[in-house]
Amino acid sequence: MATVSLKNIKKSFGKTDVIHGVDIDIQEGEFIVIVGPSGCGKSTLLRMVAGLETITAGEVHIDDRKVNDLEPMERDIAMVFQNYALYPHMTVAQNMGYGLKIAGRPKDEIADRVDTAAKLLQLEPYLDRRPRELSGGQRQRVAMGRAIVRKPAVFLFDEPLSNLDAKLRVQMRLEIKQLQRRLGVTSLYVTHDQVEAMTLADRMIVMNAGRADQIGAPLEIYANPATEFVAGFIGSPPTNFFSADLVQTPQTDAKTLGVRPEHMEIVTENARLSGEVLYCEALGAETLVHVRVPNEQVLTVRQSAEKPQPSEGTPIGLNWSANDQMGFDENGKRR
Amino acid sequence: MAERTGMVEKRGAGLWLTHLGLIIGLLFIFFPIWLAFVASTVDQQEIVRPPMPLWPGDKLWENYSEALLSGVNAPVAWMMLNSLVMAMGIAIGKIIISLLSAFAIVYFRFPGRKTFFWLIFLTLMLPVEVRIVPTYEVVAGFGMLNSYSGLIFPLIASATATFLFRQFFMTVPDELAEAARVDGAKPMRFFWDILLPMSRTNIAALFVILFIYGWNQYLWPLLITTDPSMNTIVMGIKQMFPSGDDIADWPVIMATSILAMIPPVIVVISMQRLFIRGLVDSEK
Amino acid sequence: MEKRVTFKGIWLPLLLVLPQIAITAVFFFYPAGQAIWQSLFIPDPFGLSMQYVGLGNFEFLFSDPFYRASFLTTAIFSILVTVVSMGIALYLAVLADRLIKGSGVYRTLLIWPYAVAPAVAGVLWLFMFNTRVGVVTWYLGLLGYDWNHVLNGEEAMGLVVVASAWGRISYNFLFFLAGLQAIPKSVIEAAAIDGAHFWTRFRTIVFPLLSPTTFFLLVVNIVYAFFETFGVIHTITSGGPQQSTTILVYKVYSDGFVGQDLGSSAAQSVVLLVIVGLLTIVQFKFIERRVHY
Repeated sequence: MATVSLKNIKKSFGKTDVIHGVDIDIQEGEFIVIVGPSGCGKSTLLRMVAGLETITAGEVHIDDRKVNDLEPMERDIAMVFQNYALYPHMTVAQNMGYGLKIAGRPKDEIADRVDTAAKLLQLEPYLDRRPRELSGGQRQRVAMGRAIVRKPAVFLFDEPLSNLDAKLRVQMRLEIKQLQRRLGVTSLYVTHDQVEAMTLADRMIVMNAGRADQIGAPLEIYANPATEFVAGFIGSPPTNFFSADLVQTPQTDAKTLGVRPEHMEIVTENARLSGEVLYCEALGAETLVHVRVPNEQVLTVRQSAEKPQPSEGTPIGLNWSANDQMGFDENGKRR
Repeated sequence: MAERTGMVEKRGAGLWLTHLGLIIGLLFIFFPIWLAFVASTVDQQEIVRPPMPLWPGDKLWENYSEALLSGVNAPVAWMMLNSLVMAMGIAIGKIIISLLSAFAIVYFRFPGRKTFFWLIFLTLMLPVEVRIVPTYEVVAGFGMLNSYSGLIFPLIASATATFLFRQFFMTVPDELAEAARVDGAKPMRFFWDILLPMSRTNIAALFVILFIYGWNQYLWPLLITTDPSMNTIVMGIKQMFPSGDDIADWPVIMATSILAMIPPVIVVISMQRLFIRGLVDSEK
Repeated sequence: MEKRVTFKGIWLPLLLVLPQIAITAVFFFYPAGQAIWQSLFIPDPFGLSMQYVGLGNFEFLFSDPFYRASFLTTAIFSILVTVVSMGIALYLAVLADRLIKGSGVYRTLLIWPYAVAPAVAGVLWLFMFNTRVGVVTWYLGLLGYDWNHVLNGEEAMGLVVVASAWGRISYNFLFFLAGLQAIPKSVIEAAAIDGAHFWTRFRTIVFPLLSPTTFFLLVVNIVYAFFETFGVIHTITSGGPQQSTTILVYKVYSDGFVGQDLGSSAAQSVVLLVIVGLLTIVQFKFIERRVHY
């Protein structure tokens, strides 16, 4: 267990700046998720913590040690890769024990620690198999096992679930969370999937084009997004954005307004906006109603399946509570 | 209908015609080899009075033991050993230096890397046949005439294998090297523990190709081995023909020819899968 | 294409490339440079000094009727070897591809000649056509044909072509068979349903789809005929009769080692170097194209 702190971390490849300065102090045992669309720099940030990328400027501290110039191994971290990066010619046990073998640990100790990790991950029956004889979920567990065996101060996860199918992903997500709680190891986890981020994180860093747009607890970020980007990225279906001039009671300093689909309501009178139903998607528990508003934009309303489903082409009104309305300035900053 | 299915699926007469066509091809391929084998089992008298028989005689043991133990200029067993040393030297030597340099150019950034890359690229273009005279002078200057190193080194100086390994290393996922770094492996440890075992098939396939390449060399050993005891078997056969009008000792020469093809044939047939893979890889 | 991961260090990689650098420099670049350098000089008759003649060796070379004849010989030889070996290989590959069972057995048997050194192939064919003891010569004699490649240049050419092509059939067969097997069966089945007969299908569908393989083999076989057939020529004809089978590589050898004419031999090496360069460019152009498929 350890604390990790990033101080104004920057990265550039040649003349292109990819990370513009990220700061965060991570507590012992905390689970931090770095989330953002592809190309936002989230993996690069993680790889700088791992020591796989050089740090252009700023400092990374693990506990009170500055690790900028240390080799990955010397940083006391373990990493789980997107494609697992298992050594194809080694058995599961050899894969998990390789780091310890290099560190020169005695054979008994390696076998012991591998067994313990295997038990934890239900990998015991597979210890003598090679990676290609395992299913995707099992390989994922081996990759986790390789990290656990090392007993590192920090776990780093680089999109570890994105190669799995949807069902397995949900299951493994749960397992990772439980495992992390149980071992209490400080973790950094990169994903592009906001659901994964919301469910796993103690705190999350929402990255956008090389900047940390917002850092905070998932629900706090959901309820109170700091930028237009965060409001749009976190939550599914995404927040409806529309020009502030469109509504009669404009928020003076905001250029764009945002309202989450579940906060919008279809009404017949007192509408803030009027529109026409484009089509409905009935998902079972809820229904998504897509509404075309005067400037040709399409907004989404998320409503309970019990509510009446309007037929296509019906003119309707949209309403929402003023508390749920988010205003953003021309730079996308929250007002 | 039967005729229309032609290439899609052949039955009956068509099938037999296909087999017949292939068997004619096989006869063309094997007739020279068969004849050589027959000639290596009869005595000289049966050959010099044509037509020679087309079925093996009873002198197999005599001819082969004469070839192996005394030969014409040098015992063929000795020449086979020379060929073996040369072929193994070329195959192993080339694989080792190529693995090392491919590892360096793929996994490191060092000054001169690009230059080195283009220099070895150039060597792809020039077979040894083109530069025989100056290469001969270099080897002579080192006093390497009639030596194994003289036979081996000039033929290692080409980059085909380096390119092959480079191609393969490029397909090894980056994450594997990163995982190894996180596991604390230093570069040579990664090379030895991860990269080499992963390249096993490629190494084996290349070995097959290089072994045959080395075994079948002709011009180079012809130039630099003037001492019959250093002759390789493939070039030694020609040396067994008498100059002038004397009649060649055909049974022994043909026994030697058969002996010269046995090792590469065994390698090709027994490692057929690797051989075909090596062939396709090295031309990519 | 570059790797994302790199290890740190400068001395280690330099140490790793050192063996290849050293061997290539000594046995490749130095001799190749020497060939180019020597091509600009003529040694005096006693071999004591060298006289700079610029492109004199080249001028002399191209005004030499024997050298020009050798060019023509090489062209004829290469084209014949390529056409004969590729033709037979394609014929066999098409037949083997038609078999659903047993093509593996034929493949195993047909790859034998690959393992036979060109020089050994030369000896085998020489034995069959030997003017005194050759079996084929004897049977041809029965038919009233007097085979004598020692005196007849065309027969000599025919013999070295067949011997060279024979050794190359396996290689071409393997690539043709792989090419044929890579053609989706559904395409051929569709053509069969359209009513196309075997020959029509081959001409209009199979052969066009096989063209990348064919073109690749064309270049590779020409390179083979140029450089790797030395053993065949040396064992069967030694370039004769009257230089009728003296291909360029053989001439470099005979002028350089037998005739000891170093300047001319070096100039010839440089000419060959240019030819290989051109062939390599053609080959890479082709590979580039193949990558874009």
